[in-house]
Amino acid sequence: MKRRTFLGGAMAVAVVGQGSRALAQQPPIKIGMSMPQTGGLAGGGKASLLGIEIWRDDINAKGGLLGRKVELVVYDDKSSASETPAIYAKLVDVDKVDLLFAPYATVPTAPIMPFVKQRGLLLMGNFSFQVNSKVGHDMWFNNAPWGPADSWAASFLDLAQKAGGKSMALLTADQEFAQNLALTARDVAKKRNIPVVFDQSYPPNTVEFASIIRALKAAKPDIVYVASYPPDSAGILRAVNEIGIGDDVKIFGGGMVGLQFAAVMSNLGSLLNGVVNYNTWLPESSMYFDGTKAFFDTYTKRAIEAKVDPLGYYLAPFGYAMGQMIDAAVGATKSLDQKGIAKYLRDNEHKTIVGPIAFSADGERKETATLQAQFRGVKDKDIEQFRSSGKQVILFPEKLKTGSLISPFEAARK
Amino acid sequence: MFSMDLLLGAVVLGVLLGCFYAAVSVGLSVSFGLLDVPHVAHPAFLVLAAYGVYQLNESYDIDPLLAGLAITPLFFVFGLLAYRVYYETFERRGSDAGVRGIAFFFGIAFIIEVLIILQFGVDQRSVSATYIGKSWRFGEFRIPIRQLVAFAVALALTVLLAVYLSKTFMGRAIRAVAQDEEALRLMGANPVRIKQFAFGIATAVLGIAGALLIIVAPIEPTLDRAYIGRTFCVVVMAGLGSISGTLIAAIILGVAETIVLTMFGASWAPAISFAMLLAVLAVRPQGLLGR
Repeated sequence: MKRRTFLGGAMAVAVVGQGSRALAQQPPIKIGMSMPQTGGLAGGGKASLLGIEIWRDDINAKGGLLGRKVELVVYDDKSSASETPAIYAKLVDVDKVDLLFAPYATVPTAPIMPFVKQRGLLLMGNFSFQVNSKVGHDMWFNNAPWGPADSWAASFLDLAQKAGGKSMALLTADQEFAQNLALTARDVAKKRNIPVVFDQSYPPNTVEFASIIRALKAAKPDIVYVASYPPDSAGILRAVNEIGIGDDVKIFGGGMVGLQFAAVMSNLGSLLNGVVNYNTWLPESSMYFDGTKAFFDTYTKRAIEAKVDPLGYYLAPFGYAMGQMIDAAVGATKSLDQKGIAKYLRDNEHKTIVGPIAFSADGERKETATLQAQFRGVKDKDIEQFRSSGKQVILFPEKLKTGSLISPFEAARK
Repeated sequence: MFSMDLLLGAVVLGVLLGCFYAAVSVGLSVSFGLLDVPHVAHPAFLVLAAYGVYQLNESYDIDPLLAGLAITPLFFVFGLLAYRVYYETFERRGSDAGVRGIAFFFGIAFIIEVLIILQFGVDQRSVSATYIGKSWRFGEFRIPIRQLVAFAVALALTVLLAVYLSKTFMGRAIRAVAQDEEALRLMGANPVRIKQFAFGIATAVLGIAGALLIIVAPIEPTLDRAYIGRTFCVVVMAGLGSISGTLIAAIILGVAETIVLTMFGASWAPAISFAMLLAVLAVRPQGLLGR
């Protein structure tokens, strides 16, 4: 070995050694959150947490934030809104965390909004829907691609109207997230003079949907907008397959939570065909950005050990993106000053593995990136099929589109 | 919006749903109705059985109903053990009164829930069988075949249990222990062993009921919470310990629920079971067929 090479190598080892000593000596930057790990939201919560943990490991491998190791402080909120206020008070007052991430989903997040606003704390939102619309906290940034409140229903109804849809049925879970969706759907339908011929909310723990689907079918709608929660989405689709929905229906779906998760998709198999539903990330050619493939390579390996959703498309990459935004903001402001970080997040566009993210004044996306995709050619009992493109063709937004709607619904199911 | 066609459909689907409710409640009718055990873990046992059926269906591709039959002996033994623990720790010491007995079974329910989460994760699970996802057509009217299967099996299960309790020696012994434990003791029989056997039967029935649960809809670890209210409502409305009453009460509940779901709006459905319970108890405090 040449002397210069040897010296260079020795210096590099010394520098790396000092770097890692510095990393070890300084106290870690603590990021606190609750996450549903039991209860109805646990499937999503665990996948989301794995995405955030992969970011933590990647950032620590690169030297951490501001040269300090990143540590996550996580509590299980049992998917319950009643748990989160106490957990976040503990994270701030007892654990003294430096930054806060919100739990997955609207229901556990809504009750902590007044707390973070009162304390003037930055909160990175994690797939809530419209929790800041009434609170008006200027340090809230949602990682979800929802965008303006009405864009979700508007994109679905755009597709429906182009397919010749003129009347709408609305089937909604009696639960905050679904009711918020239904509210915007009613508003958009009213603005466009689309009559709502069936409008029902069903309670949690509904066992059998055959009767509801029979009543819906009798109203003869040609657009069916469903805002359901995971335990019900499977029951609704099964009943639709058994009872039928009518040949008039041009488009079915819209806001069904659950059809984004591998276990549910695998269970339902061919029953999914034809359904147009929202999603956030799909393995289609338009969805790969810098680092996306590497993230999913790691996720796929770790999901098996962690016993979480093997696909992880819906939440996990957005958990990672939340970390990427914090990395960029802390790096740019060179501090943990929450006001400074919030200002940076609001004023800039951020490159992430789920594409560029820019926020509007309410902390939601400036433009919606919520996908409407149609299930096609899905077979029974095969999770792996969902890793290939073409199983969920993106119909909206235009810049990410990979196909056109097949309508009516019955034709699309074949 | 009213039509005779919709109403008729609601009644038919309601009867099918009611029979399913009877199947998941009939075990509780024995354990709570006859034996007076505050068995709030009954729905958790039910969900556990459904996971057993799922495991057999997933690993060995066994039909869910056969899988339910296969786990029935295991659940019988499980029931014997559960009652023995309850008896030794609570009933024998006379500390089963009030909320303490309930706390014991709540504890068991939570433990079962956590064990299921550890073993199977939190995702929904369902089974595959030729009769799931298809329907029978009668003109425009369609009935899900899984509901018909649940109806037939539930009916058979309830009738068999009613016959067993009224016609066999052991069945009559169980009824006797429910009526007067002390008299049975004076006649030289051991009421504890009879109660333990009866609890075993009540738990064994859940093997089949668990199969019906996962045939009717997908399951998840916390599903038991959805069934606590319904099963206790059926058993109390039936009249404690009445098996035929359980079937009637469950069918009334099923029909009322589907009529409300179809004709008046789904939001009202959960209130129906308890409104009907209160109405029945106001008129007949002993329940529909209670003595």
